[in-house]
Amino acid sequence: GYLHFTKKKKKTFLRTRGSETISKAGTDQSGVALVINRPPSNHTPDTDPDPDPGETTQAVFTLNYPRIQIPFEITLWVLLASFAKIGFHVYHKITVWVPESCLLISIGLIVGGIMHSLHEKPPAVLTSNAFFLYMLPPIVLDSGYFMPTRPFFENFGTVLWFAVVGTLWNSIGIGISLFAICQIEVFGVQDITLQENFLFASIISAVEPVAVLTVFEDISVHEQLYIVVFGECLFNDAVTVVLYNLFNHVAALEVVEAGDVFLDIGRFFVVGLGGTIFGALFGFVTAFTTRFTGKVREIEPLIIFLYSYLAYLIAELFAISSIMAIVICALTMKYYVEENVSQRSCTTIRHVIKMVGSVSETLIFFFLGVVTITTEHEWNWGYILFALLFALLWRGLGILVLTQIINPFRTIPFNFKDQFGLAYGGLRGAVSFALAFTLPDNIGRKDLFITGTIVVIIFTVFIQGITIRPLLKLMNVRKTNRNQETINDEIHKRLMEHTVAGIEDLCGQWSHYYWKDKFMKFNNRILRKILIRDNHPESSIVALYKKLELQNAMEVLDQMSGDISAAPSLISLHEERKNASKSRKKFLSSDVTNMHELLSKNMYKIRHRTVSYTNKHTLPDDITAREILMRRHTSLRRSLRAGSFHGTNAAKMSQKYFSLPMGRSLNSRFPPRRLVHADGDIESEINYSSIRHPQRVSSKAVMPLRPLNTLKEVASSVNTVDGQNEEQRGCRRSHLGSNVSRSGHLTSHLPHGSSRNCSDGDHDAWVEEPQNNSDVQHPLMRRPHWLPQKPHDK
Amino acid sequence: MGSTNSTLLKIPNVEVLMQETGFSPAHIIRLHDRFKALDKEGRGHLCPHDFGAIKELAMNPIGDRIIGAFFSPGKETVDFHTFVKILAHFRPVDKDRPKEPNSPEPINSRSNKLKFAFQLYDQDKDGKISRDELLQVLRAMLGMQVTDEQLESIADRTIQEADLDRDDTISFEEFRKACKHKRFTMFRFCIRPGERKLMLTLCHWSSELQDQHEL
Repeated sequence: GYLHFTKKKKKTFLRTRGSETISKAGTDQSGVALVINRPPSNHTPDTDPDPDPGETTQAVFTLNYPRIQIPFEITLWVLLASFAKIGFHVYHKITVWVPESCLLISIGLIVGGIMHSLHEKPPAVLTSNAFFLYMLPPIVLDSGYFMPTRPFFENFGTVLWFAVVGTLWNSIGIGISLFAICQIEVFGVQDITLQENFLFASIISAVEPVAVLTVFEDISVHEQLYIVVFGECLFNDAVTVVLYNLFNHVAALEVVEAGDVFLDIGRFFVVGLGGTIFGALFGFVTAFTTRFTGKVREIEPLIIFLYSYLAYLIAELFAISSIMAIVICALTMKYYVEENVSQRSCTTIRHVIKMVGSVSETLIFFFLGVVTITTEHEWNWGYILFALLFALLWRGLGILVLTQIINPFRTIPFNFKDQFGLAYGGLRGAVSFALAFTLPDNIGRKDLFITGTIVVIIFTVFIQGITIRPLLKLMNVRKTNRNQETINDEIHKRLMEHTVAGIEDLCGQWSHYYWKDKFMKFNNRILRKILIRDNHPESSIVALYKKLELQNAMEVLDQMSGDISAAPSLISLHEERKNASKSRKKFLSSDVTNMHELLSKNMYKIRHRTVSYTNKHTLPDDITAREILMRRHTSLRRSLRAGSFHGTNAAKMSQKYFSLPMGRSLNSRFPPRRLVHADGDIESEINYSSIRHPQRVSSKAVMPLRPLNTLKEVASSVNTVDGQNEEQRGCRRSHLGSNVSRSGHLTSHLPHGSSRNCSDGDHDAWVEEPQNNSDVQHPLMRRPHWLPQKPHDK
Repeated sequence: MGSTNSTLLKIPNVEVLMQETGFSPAHIIRLHDRFKALDKEGRGHLCPHDFGAIKELAMNPIGDRIIGAFFSPGKETVDFHTFVKILAHFRPVDKDRPKEPNSPEPINSRSNKLKFAFQLYDQDKDGKISRDELLQVLRAMLGMQVTDEQLESIADRTIQEADLDRDDTISFEEFRKACKHKRFTMFRFCIRPGERKLMLTLCHWSSELQDQHEL
């Protein structure tokens, strides 16, 4: 036979042995197909189907493309998009300045150009149901699952306000202005009716979660801002869909009746509330189901995904807001599910959600680029440019006005910079595009609308996306003039900020505290009993410790073969270093600048001021929490020894600090010191290359060598501060414990070459650690059998 | 406001409390509700682990110090009065308080706020922030990547800037002077009532002048 390349538009033909022509309909997409035609038959459909195989030569090697065509093409596209993504990160500098979405669209444009020149049509991903049914749910699930619940509920009012009223404002404003433009004869668009204008306006006013979040990634935005923008994106789906349907409906009618309008307003509530209720329902059902999956751990993730997807689909069935349904479902079930499922399932769930969401998002942007080139465009300078202008203008105005109205009700009002971020960060994305494509064909200017949408999307994603970071930085920089502050200022200021945050938490900042309290009571009494398998009412701090300890342990087990040298060291500040004997150090101004930098990079951020977890492509990181809790843990134990809560004696005794070994720090000006490892690992040089991300070092570093005995200790210390046996145990261990942290950091870092004897002392102390594993039930908590050894000499 | 009156009456010595702290009845009620919510076992006083149960406070780098500030040395419990008195530090400064020479300084004066902050550093309550104490605070507030040497140099620099009498510690007076530095703003803790809701706000960059003259 011979291989025959054919290009097809609609159908592919395949001549199989003895069967008649099979035309592969259902591929609206085209693809290059390999057809093997055996000599007698050509790709003419009317040749007599010759059943007799004997005449034709048996093909040794057949290619049956259409059979695998669809999955194959899907895989290839996904792979291509993934390569693009990998490619960006090879050259790291790009992604700092250009958000990934822009890059993906650019690549998509290139590919689209190629396809266009080959007269191929891209797969109908964005222009059909495929988008709403397959591409969008993973992204929304991703966003919903990892949304921080508490700030979300705290800002609920604001979010709703911006989502509903803001979108309405935008749509109506843009619609009316565009209609006004249409009246001007010059542009030649008089045929667009008011309803159609409104329709178009509602499409382009839809702010998009996908685009926005990828842009907000690296900017450590004010947490409030993040939540509000994100929530707005999610909720305005309900509004947009309703508006869209409303205007769609109305555009078809000749006469608009008041009754219709009211019906549609009522419909909005149905859509919104319905979505929420469905979501919550499914969330609870999921939680309930996971209660029984104790024996079938493997399918736990599957259940989560299935239920979420089901929530989405059923909401689509009833034409209520499916996005809200899936988000609320994820929010509700997360809390209960993470208690019921095994640790592994939990990790799997998180990873899979991230993966699928990420893939989906990549594909969407990619196809956005592709489809931009390959669709039929209708261009009209005036209309489109004005549309763009109004979109930006009305959003800015809207944010300004709405913020003024809602600021008095907010605990932390939005300042100008926040408003700017809100307005400027309102990017449009693929949702608008898909909506534009599903416009009914009876609208005369459909192509114009599509083009207009694309222009708005591309403009916002590219221009706004690229410039938002520098602009925000500029605004930041102008406000604070860092180097004028002294070190004192910075430290004291930060301390006070932490204090205020702490006091706020103490007083229960949440103004709807009453409802939250009620809900938590209800939760504890009823919901937890039904939905959670082994329900122990735990104090939250113990739960937190447990979770973090387990995570730590698992991470370390994962990296057992890795750097033990990466363990943080302990130093003891010996009393020999008398302050009086030290001569005054001279500090150069460069030293001071370095210190400023150090402080600004490393001081823990205030809880509700800025948040740096908004990196969409990685899992949320508990590094800060871990570090803080580790220290608190030690101080708790220290205070047990002291017998009183204060444990102020500790100040006089040798201080133990937790820090990474020298040379690991980000801004180290100091030469790396030798490390002495207690556990016998060599390490006179540190494996720098293995440290790629400084942040991750501390998570690598924690080793549960003194295992989670401490958990019992913590639990008991939390419950009874003055328990006798605790104190006793605490006494014995705490003296040792003050030498070894909760996680048993073995490396002792000796400053200024002071005597090694101390470390010996430390080791003896370490050896005396409780030996009996028997009274520790949890297998993870058993002490692993690493033995300390004498420190090696340099 | 019948219900509020009855709640108020349940709290002993509430008049004195209000006068000393300057909280309004609405505030007191709100704080009392919170106190009761924290005091899960209904003992009428709080222990350290009641505070420890607040998750966000546990995640605060200086959370344990804040909690410690509530307990005077030697005491293991805090009753409602002490609770409110400590929180009174966080009321906004009364700008138009008449300066009576004999009346004690109100709890929320700027000076007392500074004293509170000073206390957070000075754990052994000797009236001075020693180098060690400073190091501890720094360690608590800085991430783990910061090495000890860097910590120490930061601490040294801090002391150098603030320490005027060269004793290598920072006394309260020196602390106060350091915080009076021209660009530095003393934040104002505010507990702002909204009918039955209390909201805390943090005002960052307020003007200097009234703060200066308060001092």
